[in-house]
Amino acid sequence: MSAPLLELNELSVQLPISGELRTVLHDLSLTIGEGEALGLVGESGSGKSMTARAIARLLPPGAKSTGSVRYAGTDIGSLKGAALRSFRAEVATIFQDPRAHTNPVRTIGDFMTEALRTNHDVSRSDAAKRSIQLLSEVGIADGARRLEQHPHELSGGLLQRVMIATSLLTEPKLLLADEPTTALDVTTQADVMAILDGLRRERGMAMLFITHDLELASAVCDRTSVMYAGQLVEQRVSTELHDDPLHPYTAGLVGARPRIDGEVGRLAAIPGRPRSAFEAPPGCAFADRCNHAQDVCTEARPALVPLDDGLVRCHRAVELRGRLQEVTHG
Amino acid sequence: MSAIELPAIVPAAPPKRSGRGLPGLRGTGVAAHISALVLAIAGFVAVFGARLAPHDPDLTNLSYAFVGPIAGHPLGFDSQGRDLFSRILAGAQSSLLGPTLVVLLAMVVGVLLAVASAWKGGRFDTFVSAALDVLFAFPAIVLAILVSVIIEPGLKSATIALAIAYTPYIARVVRSAALRERARDYIAALEVQGIRATVICVKHLGRNLLPLIVAQGAVLFGYAMVDLAAISFLGLGVRPPQADWGVMVSTGQSGVLQGYPLESLASGVCIVVVVIAVNILGERLTERANSVSR
Repeated sequence: MSAPLLELNELSVQLPISGELRTVLHDLSLTIGEGEALGLVGESGSGKSMTARAIARLLPPGAKSTGSVRYAGTDIGSLKGAALRSFRAEVATIFQDPRAHTNPVRTIGDFMTEALRTNHDVSRSDAAKRSIQLLSEVGIADGARRLEQHPHELSGGLLQRVMIATSLLTEPKLLLADEPTTALDVTTQADVMAILDGLRRERGMAMLFITHDLELASAVCDRTSVMYAGQLVEQRVSTELHDDPLHPYTAGLVGARPRIDGEVGRLAAIPGRPRSAFEAPPGCAFADRCNHAQDVCTEARPALVPLDDGLVRCHRAVELRGRLQEVTHG
Repeated sequence: MSAIELPAIVPAAPPKRSGRGLPGLRGTGVAAHISALVLAIAGFVAVFGARLAPHDPDLTNLSYAFVGPIAGHPLGFDSQGRDLFSRILAGAQSSLLGPTLVVLLAMVVGVLLAVASAWKGGRFDTFVSAALDVLFAFPAIVLAILVSVIIEPGLKSATIALAIAYTPYIARVVRSAALRERARDYIAALEVQGIRATVICVKHLGRNLLPLIVAQGAVLFGYAMVDLAAISFLGLGVRPPQADWGVMVSTGQSGVLQGYPLESLASGVCIVVVVIAVNILGERLTERANSVSR
């Protein structure tokens, strides 16, 4: 395998929360190859967005990080000025809330073409032409008129399509999609997701897809990583992860979703509330919510070990393999 | 792109702008419009006042000293027998030019400092904020005396002194607004697109702070006018015999004691009217800026 496009190596991030530094990401290692889509799944506060922010160099002020983030072989932590800008031009970010991430007083046209005009020396009319072309690819037919409008004149779904089109304008190699459909209503979610997935495959872009929807992740991603309390707990080929989870937490996530076939019973829930990295117990971070926890789980922190072509962080993974779903939801 | 079936998007009619009024003053109300009119007239007089004056504003005729309003001389004469109405018209120029320069200078320096320090943060921000706080401690009048010692007293020294004194006022307000704006997500979105910091600061931060900056400038203009008049009154600004409203209030004081208050009164009223107009306009613009940004 050639060098991966993006490589996170034992990345830890600490944030100043109420006066002290607290760990929000713990020894996170990930790789994304050229054209590969990696899903990052987890509950709120598990560190998914912080991972994306660390990659885009958008950590909040005062944050400390150790480990490295390498993009095409260069450590992005050392980038400055023009080099940082050109890295950022190659990595596009799609945010969760398109409305908060657009300048409300500038037109869609200004927003879309700004990067092209200021960083790529494309003329105003060429930039507009390319914008209209991409808008039509994301299903916005009257692009010329949309360019004249302001963000508040567009619906959330429409604005997210504009965001997607904008992020593709500079022809990035890597797309960081931070819950791109969470702020949209369910019917538009499917459209936007289909557009994003289609355009990505067409262009052979790599993508880090952050979501808390395990189904969605397995539908659009080659591999899926599950995060809990700032750590990676499981990473496998998406379909396997979905059908045969190795980690009890993943099994809990799979079991917690409603089924459209079969009998309608109570939804399975994971007891307790999600832990942040800094409040995780000394042993396995998930131990206090896990149905299968034993003494060993609360004593030692499990390592991320290879199992069945994937990685899993659980003391009892081998023992529970294949039985997890029935044991959890039996 | 035929693999994905996309729903048609129906174009919506563009919404109408809310609020009534002239362009630029929309939704600010009647008082602001009247104030703007007053200022437009004052500005016109400042530019053409000397040419509009029916008599030579500097021509003395001691036999007319303190003569009240007569035909052709609607405000009468001052202690030197100069036509007061002509002096008021001629004095508009320096009385309005001074504060305008003060506000422009203070605004350019203040906004640059504020945006740069909000953007950079860290030690640079600490240093700039501390420097501004120190500057705050100097009253404008003391600074004016200081500057007039260094360069010759006159409109120039008074303008520079006041511009220095007003810079922290603008910088403080703009800095806190810029910090708030800096933390907004759209700025982060621009950053990850790899857009240059100066471009973000000028085209996005600066642009979005503009209503606030304009409103602050209008409020400070009123202060600058009064302070410049005070400095001229002390003899450190515009110097007699040049016609200037502040100077006229000052030179008119001898007349007040002798029962001829018209010189101080007329020039004082001009100052008050312009200051009130600027303040109303500034206040309304601030209100509008705040209500829009909420």
